[in-house]
Amino acid sequence: MSHLEVLKTYKMYIGGQFPRTESGRFYKIFDKEGDLLANACLGSRKDVREAVKSARGAFGGWSKRSAYNRGQILYRIAEMMESRRSEFEKELGNIGFTKKKAEAEINASIDRLVYYAGWTDKYQQVFGSVNPVASAHFNFSLLEPTGVVGLIAPEESPLLGLSSIVAAAIAGGNTCVVLASEQFPLPSIVFAEVLNTSDVPGGVVNIITGKREELVEHLAGHMDVNALSYTDKLPTEMVTKIDELATENIKRIHKNQIEDWYDEDAESPYFLTQFQETKTTWHPVGF
Amino acid sequence: MSQHTDTTYKPTSPNSKLDFASVWEYAPAPESASHAEIKEKYDLFIGGKFVKPAEGNYFKSMNPATGETITEFAEASKSDVNKAVKAARKAFEGEWSSISAKERGKYLYRIARMIQERAREFSVLESMDGGKPIRESRDVDVPLVAAHFFYYAGWADKLEYAFPGKKPKPLGVCGQIIPWNFPLLMLAWKIAPALACGNTVVLKPAETTSLTALKFAELVKDAGLPDGVVNIVTGAGETGAEIVNHKDIDKIAFTGSTGVGKLIQRSLAGTDKKFTLELGGKGAMIVFEDAPIDQAVEGIINAIFFNQGHVCCAGSRLLVQEGVAEKVIQKLKDRMESLIVGDPLDKNTDVGAINSQAQFETINKYLEIGLNEGADVYQSSCSIPDNGYFVRPTLLMNVSQSNRVVQEEIFGPVLTIQTFRTADEAIQKANNTPYGLAGGVWTDKGSKIFKVGSGLRSGVVWANTYNKFDPTSPFGGYKESGVGREGGMHGLGAYLKF
Repeated sequence: MSHLEVLKTYKMYIGGQFPRTESGRFYKIFDKEGDLLANACLGSRKDVREAVKSARGAFGGWSKRSAYNRGQILYRIAEMMESRRSEFEKELGNIGFTKKKAEAEINASIDRLVYYAGWTDKYQQVFGSVNPVASAHFNFSLLEPTGVVGLIAPEESPLLGLSSIVAAAIAGGNTCVVLASEQFPLPSIVFAEVLNTSDVPGGVVNIITGKREELVEHLAGHMDVNALSYTDKLPTEMVTKIDELATENIKRIHKNQIEDWYDEDAESPYFLTQFQETKTTWHPVGF
Repeated sequence: MSQHTDTTYKPTSPNSKLDFASVWEYAPAPESASHAEIKEKYDLFIGGKFVKPAEGNYFKSMNPATGETITEFAEASKSDVNKAVKAARKAFEGEWSSISAKERGKYLYRIARMIQERAREFSVLESMDGGKPIRESRDVDVPLVAAHFFYYAGWADKLEYAFPGKKPKPLGVCGQIIPWNFPLLMLAWKIAPALACGNTVVLKPAETTSLTALKFAELVKDAGLPDGVVNIVTGAGETGAEIVNHKDIDKIAFTGSTGVGKLIQRSLAGTDKKFTLELGGKGAMIVFEDAPIDQAVEGIINAIFFNQGHVCCAGSRLLVQEGVAEKVIQKLKDRMESLIVGDPLDKNTDVGAINSQAQFETINKYLEIGLNEGADVYQSSCSIPDNGYFVRPTLLMNVSQSNRVVQEEIFGPVLTIQTFRTADEAIQKANNTPYGLAGGVWTDKGSKIFKVGSGLRSGVVWANTYNKFDPTSPFGGYKESGVGREGGMHGLGAYLKF
């Protein structure tokens, strides 16, 4: 019996749902042979706004989860990824990864999630402090998540790069809006399906597909996005534009150029703490 | 009935109005200024020497308590700033980088000690030039300056312990621009960590309060610091802009208003310059019904009237739970009556002079805005001097969250008062401004402190206290109150690369 393949519709991931872009626009994604793989959503400004709204809505709950719980959820993402290996292999194969390279990419992504899962209940101990003030006060500094974080995913590392940046942001209690790799957006949607089955509350991670050139400025200029990070070398005009728009609400901009996502420098607690604010609390000591 | 003639209360009785004035009088207790030497004019401090400004311009500096000119400062132009940056670069690439971290730290210890030795002189000058009460410059500002240098001195040879797994390196030449509310203290917050981390600096003090920075330059010379490690250029916004836009500066550190901070961030767009911004605030103090009320009232007084309210982290909004609102406000009014507003050099003075005419006008503009927005204005009935810039301690009541006086930083002795019913409402109101620098919680219940404290989106939480500072304690804002931390181990990150 012949079986006509049922093609998958790739939508975006906003607030725990998989909506199409409100704009109704699409762009074509091709495989390595140049055949049509899928019509991806060409996300719009309004989609970015919806995603930010979802991320803000999810921030209160996610940031107040215990560190232990966040760790378990990140570990759960790794588990779910493990169980969807074949799907990721297929996605990566479609865009030119050899079987071996795809396996390596998936293995590294799983390990990276486990790496950040382990940090959730430790970074506070390494980077927080008790401060020996000279007056009769107890004084301590804790790290708290910056808030809603915009992430411009690396163009050339559609799974490992993506999972690395998402894990570092959410491990510390932030919620995020991700602009997926423009050229290879499909693995990000499979990743979203993993997130959706991993106890990650809706809205904690939102993934928009579309044109970087169009969407970056909506993210950089959004008044309810507290930080923005990217790891690719962006064109100078785009960098300047991002910096300028960021001033509207003193958005924190983090440029971490990462070329090799397998490198040990590509995982670090400092990628987690860059999305943290230090809060210092004072209390008098006395009877 | 004025309380001044009402003798039925004892001043120390817990249920009475505070009434010192009718029981005893304060004789004037002026701090002598004779010991402090002020030159007729001050040049720029570049490359270890005092040099005349290229264009030969000077501007006057005034004592805001008397309106008298006390000295003149040089106005640094583009070429002066350039010269200062060159000197700083030369020092960075030369002598300063060649000495060991241990020796670098010892220079800072030396500076700390020399500040302690000259503490009285610095205090007097700070009060004369900026208008702050001598009690504050003597007991808060200058001791903290020395403590700051002492604290960061010890970090110089221990930096790798602050950043596990990293090898920290200095950034290079740092441009630093500081405000007029804590002139010498902000200088210390900027220069101490920068030098400890091995950088060199070009610092611009505020144009109304440059005196102690130039006295500090003298001290730097006395301490034998290599030429060019510290450069001080005086001037107003244009001089600051020359620093921000200079191509050979690696990092900008700015403390000041959010408006100017945004301008600076914008000027740096597309460059690789690092920056830290310490900007405005609109700190809320949440007073619960179970708070120790008398302590809370003392804390509120300190939160808003300390340094005439010229404090970025001032507790300028009071959120008081309904059940105790009347009592707290009455006690606050009574306590305000006992505040002495006047001569900054008098040791009895609680509230000194407003720093400048411009700020005096800003505060009065906001009082007018408050009136137009329907606020009930209450002011202490205290006497204020005829000359100079003084504002009576002020309460704005019957205000709402969207009022400009509630949303915007006034930077003066003006406190807005709102009430709340539930803790969640208080947290929401506290967080409902673009700022996030500091907040206060007053309650006797420990668990409530932690719950409310963690709900406040601000870099500092003072619980059952307010406006406390220490070099070991990181300070800085969330949201539009700035980026980066100053103080403590966390303050080092602003002056290093990895």
